[in-house]
Amino acid sequence: MITAYTNARLIDPASGLDEKGTLIVNGGEITEFGANLTVPEGAAVVDCQGRVLCPGFIDMRAHQVDAEAALAGGITTVILQPDQTTLIDTDPVVERIRNRSENAHTVHVYPMGAATRGMEGGELAEIGQMQASGAVAFTDCRKPVADSQVMRRLLEYAGYFGALIVQFPQDRGLANGGIAHEGEVATRLGFSGIPAMAEVIQIERDARLSEMTGTPIHFALVSSREGVEAIRAAKKRGVKVTCSTAPHYLHLNDNAMEGYRTFAKVSPPLRSEEDRLALIEGLADSTIDTLVSDHDPKSEDVKRLPFGQAAAGIVGFETLLALALAPVHAGKLDLITLLKALTATPAKLLGLPSGKLAAGAPADLVIFDPDKPWRIDRDAFRASAKNTPFDTLPVQGQVWKTIVGGEALYGGE
Amino acid sequence: MSTQQTDNASYPRAEVSPPSGQLFPHKHLLGIWNFDPTTIKHLLDVADTYVEQNRQPKKSSPKCAGLTQINLFFENSTRTLMSFEIAGKRLGMEVTSMSTGTSSIKKGETLLDTAATLNAMHPDVLVMRHADSGAVKLLSEKMDCAVINAGDGRAEHPTQALLDALTIRRRKGKLHGQTIVISGDVAHSRVARSNIYLLNAMGARVRLVAPPTLLPKDVDRLGVEVSHRMDEGLEGADVVMMLRLQQERMQGAFLPSLREYYRFWGLTRETLSYAKDDVLVMHPGPMNRGVEIASDVADDLDRSAIEEQVEMGVAVRMACLDILTRNLREEDAA
Repeated sequence: MITAYTNARLIDPASGLDEKGTLIVNGGEITEFGANLTVPEGAAVVDCQGRVLCPGFIDMRAHQVDAEAALAGGITTVILQPDQTTLIDTDPVVERIRNRSENAHTVHVYPMGAATRGMEGGELAEIGQMQASGAVAFTDCRKPVADSQVMRRLLEYAGYFGALIVQFPQDRGLANGGIAHEGEVATRLGFSGIPAMAEVIQIERDARLSEMTGTPIHFALVSSREGVEAIRAAKKRGVKVTCSTAPHYLHLNDNAMEGYRTFAKVSPPLRSEEDRLALIEGLADSTIDTLVSDHDPKSEDVKRLPFGQAAAGIVGFETLLALALAPVHAGKLDLITLLKALTATPAKLLGLPSGKLAAGAPADLVIFDPDKPWRIDRDAFRASAKNTPFDTLPVQGQVWKTIVGGEALYGGE
Repeated sequence: MSTQQTDNASYPRAEVSPPSGQLFPHKHLLGIWNFDPTTIKHLLDVADTYVEQNRQPKKSSPKCAGLTQINLFFENSTRTLMSFEIAGKRLGMEVTSMSTGTSSIKKGETLLDTAATLNAMHPDVLVMRHADSGAVKLLSEKMDCAVINAGDGRAEHPTQALLDALTIRRRKGKLHGQTIVISGDVAHSRVARSNIYLLNAMGARVRLVAPPTLLPKDVDRLGVEVSHRMDEGLEGADVVMMLRLQQERMQGAFLPSLREYYRFWGLTRETLSYAKDDVLVMHPGPMNRGVEIASDVADDLDRSAIEEQVEMGVAVRMACLDILTRNLREEDAA
């Protein structure tokens, strides 16, 4: 089965390609693409009407698979966090997730394994075994590995397997008991705070340990200006650090908690306006390498509680692209830089074959209209829960089609 | 002073009537934040009339007869709860109180389920205290009746701020231009927050005096001066409000010891000498004598307004109950 996607704006962030043209898919693979292609005889033709066609998004941080929602968000690969009902800290669990993914016609799912046994920060988890079964990176999710000696050994050991360690940068002592960004808003609303320094201290320590061991480290969800600066400085020193952030940190500051709105409760917390602007800048100059949704469906039962007791988390799949395009439309971020953070960079960090337009590469693709205006409507979400602070927000940019392994699994004709 | 001086006295907020023409344009009393001076003044004026009523031999009036008041306290309290009970009874309301020990929250019921249950009982006023900041607001969203915040977490305690303001206004004649020091555990205090908002709105000059560990981040951005020293902080003060130091802060990570706290931040005759001669000493109670305040200062009849605060508490709560149920009473609604 051959399909030709014609009249598309082809963008390949890995190579920097951005041109009008046609892309041919045969079976599950991209066969060729370019400006002056002739459509092979018998091929099904999909007219993209000038929309962007690029590699499908690889979401490096999701707490639930939620496949339908992921497809609606243009995501073709979901990286599942280990904080599942059955903790992902042994190879049989990894294997089960990989098998289920390979046998299903839906988004690809790769798990991250726990970095330490039971995510308790004490003993190393079976990194080699899990990697052999298909785990793409190792993290204790929202529990930072606090003990310096454990972190050092983790990096040394993971280095041998070439496994990526992902740390949640938050110093436990400084963050203890905190529920919001430490600042004016938290003071007024009566919340105990998590200072931005909690993030910086963890980044600085682990960047040094990475330097000491020579093993790369990835920081998940940088949220502060000082955090971005610490990463920038470490990169400048030649340390192999990378990091991510999520669209809600680019879109909201701590004022969103006003009125005790628990939909704005996330971890790490939303920070100040200054931090928000620094994150956009960090993404624009590639100090921040990847953009993730941190998709975390939470039911009303755990959200409609007093702020201090409510669960943290936002559903992010279906708003990922539209929110991320806002700084692009504002002229503060290049489209190609953004798409790189959603495709080529995560693919490279995790060693995945997708994330690029190349002959022979998997036909995991997204077609989207970068300018189309629409309004976020939580009732229209396909996600398993609707915890979003963005309901009714007018946005620009919408997914038109999501293609996994050559099959269009989302979108109309 | 360690931070910038914000002279509220020279820039009082304009006292304009709210656009609705109503003197109290709110359904609930959840906090002082965003109240305009007209609203605050109205509450204090009504409370003033109840001070007189409470001093008569016959203290009750049937003003709110037939209305039901529920006091729902998820945190232990004796004085505030009793003050609300007396206030309601003096207005002729049917008052029922429920404290945390007897509530079903312990059985795992969520706050919103509790709200639905109480709402079905058709109260006319619900008075609530809760250990979580914002919890009273959350509950108010599910209630048909007026809700009064009797303290939520470290966020707000509006009736305490109103009774403090009434005490100051009666003793000093006005709030505008007064230099008011709030000293003690500001970080964990809802009383401090409500007082800051109210006093700022009324054009007073607010100064916080506390050790750095007991001041919340960026508190100076709420329009207050900040000092860490008692002598410097009390300089020229018209009023000193001491805050209660919670037992759990007295040792460990916030403060090394009770002894040391008293030495550097306790209110004694000596530290009080830096304030104006006619300084008014206040405390929301219950006091820790010999911790945040010396006994002879607390008992100084000329300067201490601590008992008067309790008296004003009943009057202020009567005013709040009166105003929030006005729409339910035919004679006043007309």
